[in-house]
Amino acid sequence: MKEFTASVVKEFRHIFRDRRTILIAMVMPVVQIILFGFAVSTEVNDVRVAVCGDLADPAVRNLVDRIDNNRYLSVSGSLSSPSEITGVFRRNEADVAVCFGRNFGENLAPSGRAQVRIIGDGSDPNTAQMITGYLKGVIQSEQTDAEVAFAGEGERKASMAPVVQLMYNPAMKSSYNFVPGVMGLILMLICTMMTSVSIVREKETGTLELLLVSPVKPLWIILSKMIPYLVLSAVNFATILLLSHYVMEVPINGSLLLLCFAALVFVVTSLALGLLISVISPNQRTALLICGMGLTMPTMIFSGIIFPCESMPEVLQWFSDIIPAKWFIIIVKKVMIQGTGLVSAAKEMTILAGMAALLLAVSIKSFRTRLQ
Amino acid sequence: MNAIEIDSISKSYGEARALRDVSLTVNQGEIFGLIGPDGAGKTTLFRIMTTLMLADSGSGKVCGLDIVKDFARLRRIIGYMPGRFSLYQDLSVRENLDYFATLFGTTVRDNYENIKEIYSQIEPFADRRAGKLSGGMKQKLALCCALVHKPSVLFLDEPTTGVDAVSRKDFWTMLARIKSSGVTVFVSTPYMDEAAMCDRLALIRDGVIIGTGTPEEIISGFPFRLLSVKGRRMYPLLKQLRKTDGVISCFSFGDSHHVTYNPEVTGKDRVLAGLAEAGFPDCTAREISPGIEDCFMWLSHGGDSDRQAGAGMQQL
Amino acid sequence: MDRNAVEIRNLTKKFGDFTAVDNISFNVRKGEIFGFLGANGAGKTTAMRILCGLSLPTAGEGTVAGYDINTQQEKIKRHIGYMSQKFSLYPDLTVRENIRLFGGIYGLRDRQIREKTDALLGMLEMQSEKDRFAGSLPLGWKQKLAFSIAMIHDPEIIFLDEPTGGVDPETRRRFWEMIYDASEKGTTVFVTTHYMDEAEYCDRVSVMVDGRIAALDSPERLKSAYGADNMDEVFRIIVR
Repeated sequence: MKEFTASVVKEFRHIFRDRRTILIAMVMPVVQIILFGFAVSTEVNDVRVAVCGDLADPAVRNLVDRIDNNRYLSVSGSLSSPSEITGVFRRNEADVAVCFGRNFGENLAPSGRAQVRIIGDGSDPNTAQMITGYLKGVIQSEQTDAEVAFAGEGERKASMAPVVQLMYNPAMKSSYNFVPGVMGLILMLICTMMTSVSIVREKETGTLELLLVSPVKPLWIILSKMIPYLVLSAVNFATILLLSHYVMEVPINGSLLLLCFAALVFVVTSLALGLLISVISPNQRTALLICGMGLTMPTMIFSGIIFPCESMPEVLQWFSDIIPAKWFIIIVKKVMIQGTGLVSAAKEMTILAGMAALLLAVSIKSFRTRLQ
Repeated sequence: MNAIEIDSISKSYGEARALRDVSLTVNQGEIFGLIGPDGAGKTTLFRIMTTLMLADSGSGKVCGLDIVKDFARLRRIIGYMPGRFSLYQDLSVRENLDYFATLFGTTVRDNYENIKEIYSQIEPFADRRAGKLSGGMKQKLALCCALVHKPSVLFLDEPTTGVDAVSRKDFWTMLARIKSSGVTVFVSTPYMDEAAMCDRLALIRDGVIIGTGTPEEIISGFPFRLLSVKGRRMYPLLKQLRKTDGVISCFSFGDSHHVTYNPEVTGKDRVLAGLAEAGFPDCTAREISPGIEDCFMWLSHGGDSDRQAGAGMQQL
Repeated sequence: MDRNAVEIRNLTKKFGDFTAVDNISFNVRKGEIFGFLGANGAGKTTAMRILCGLSLPTAGEGTVAGYDINTQQEKIKRHIGYMSQKFSLYPDLTVRENIRLFGGIYGLRDRQIREKTDALLGMLEMQSEKDRFAGSLPLGWKQKLAFSIAMIHDPEIIFLDEPTGGVDPETRRRFWEMIYDASEKGTTVFVTTHYMDEAEYCDRVSVMVDGRIAALDSPERLKSAYGADNMDEVFRIIVR
């Protein structure tokens, strides 16, 4: 037992004496949260809308007001002819233009059909798509309101329209998406990358030979390497949780205890994975490469930070199933944001726990008491 | 009981055969040197003997314990210092030493007597990080760490490689003291001049033991006579000597050339006369007894068959 | 053309508070074999890096192959050869590819490279090995090949950093014979070693201690000056 404590102490010393390690372990979570929270936010604010059409038409006026009142949109000016749009975009005076057809109100009233054109600035396609999305949402809501008015009070179907509006309005904060993602990413980096690197480093410097030649059981060596990173990831987990709750205003709707438990299972999975990588990597570079290409990148892709999982090709979705981070991220989303309990996350939890058990068994078994 | 018994051990890495049928015995309490160039298989043999690696075939015992079956017990009683400096650079001298003591279930205080002589030299720097030590001090620390649990056998893999001539001498003095405390020392080195410090030694080349015994025994096995020739233009002289009749080989050794010759064909005076004729009038020559390095070079060419060996050496 | 291959005046290199090279001055004559000895950490490597144009001195001036060490580093690199035990060849390239690569690096034309390759392989008797990976060659061959490649652009001076460490005794001597050959053809050789018998093979030897040059002369004179039988003793007396 004394050997074990001494090894844990030694491991902590390695961590605290290496500025790079400490930087990665302590600063990176904060930086990532802030980065994703503010800089890489997928929300679009203060969209300037140029309007073109007959502003004397009450229907047009109504819609323009509606646009202007939207949190994200503001009407920046009106154009007398659609031909002016190009100039406005070139001078960067507006991000999007809305053109109302001739006799807009008159066409709308009897048939509910009137022409509106949204012209986005395609030079930044992602933003343009988002903005046109907003606008479509606004117009849609106007349209449904109009339908409701025409169809009379009895028609309940029409009042379902706001659902559409929500879908098109990604005011659903992007932080809801990236906080679980960043959590998965950080825990994975700390546990997998740092444990594997720390074991492989001893391989490289030759100190592993000394450890193996000593009478200490390899299992103790492994565990003593894992404990410090377990502690570090606990600190990180808390940091991310606090930051996202108090700075990003992400609610913790579900049970905190359940969340912590899920994190623990995930951390064990990651530690075991780190150990496995350290067994197969001859040097730190390989270990880093495997972690980067094999873990960090898939985690980024499948975490919903960048792409939604659901819109991926089937093969990739299938591939994503073997990535532990994916399941952890789903659990976090369910428990933290949707506020559901253990029952609804049971499937994911079982998969994750199964992965943890399997990886731990394989990695401890494959850790050799000798050099290759 | 022998401290180390190695019985026809072989080991290959894929195609490359690192060790071929290596057998050795090391007596209790002696300094045994394994001498050979890089890539000869020294480190592989060390790793097999220290239970770090499994041999493809053959068996070995250290202090009567089998290197495969009894590896756990064996690890308690051997000390090992790998080839490169293998301590934690970011831990201090004291922390390194304490850690290794703890790994072996002991403390520095319990075994202070054992390492006192060496440790006292680095104790003033106990709080310095190991990475900041000079080469010689690192070596002393590594030695302390390998000795802190009072091992019966100490394995030192190339402890003097890359170390300057002065520190090398110091190191061998330390080994002599360790030996006098009853520890068996198994040490490898690529430096032939260190052979004289060993009680017994084995010469290894390309995974094969080409000679073993006390330094005297190995030297007495040298079948030819040796001349040390000095002259003014050394390099042309070397080329000339190689062309001389009866000369089996000629290599430069420091400030002179060592000429291996067949006494039935030529002799010192004939060699000198031949040189004078060829335009090297002011040479001096003297009969010398061979050193380990001469023996190694001869044994490298399969020293068992005299004539063939001579012919082989000439060709090279 | 009577200038020295290396001329160094008051060369100093500091790293923070630590003075690695402390005001050294020396010349290396054209065509000589110059042994650069010193204890570990005496500043040999630092000094050698400056001479090879890899780092700038803190103070002092000098020329290598006629080029200024402070201002003409790129020219120096083109006109010297360098070989060290640690890095010389790409193990994952074949013998021929290595020759091609270094020929290209030193600006040889394709035709020159082809000629050099043939000549070099012939000289080393390695024609049959030309498509082997350099990493799979025996150490002795690697060393010889590395030396020949370092000489591929006929440099005026070649720097050898512990070229023979760990090499077997015969290969080590064969290697020195290559050095002699190069020296006979007029190449200046600047070499570091831990083998004291090799110090005897040099025309002149300098011994560095704590960043300074403690002794510099021919092995003969050093031995008589220190009343020693061999360079090993000389070295120990100086370093102690």
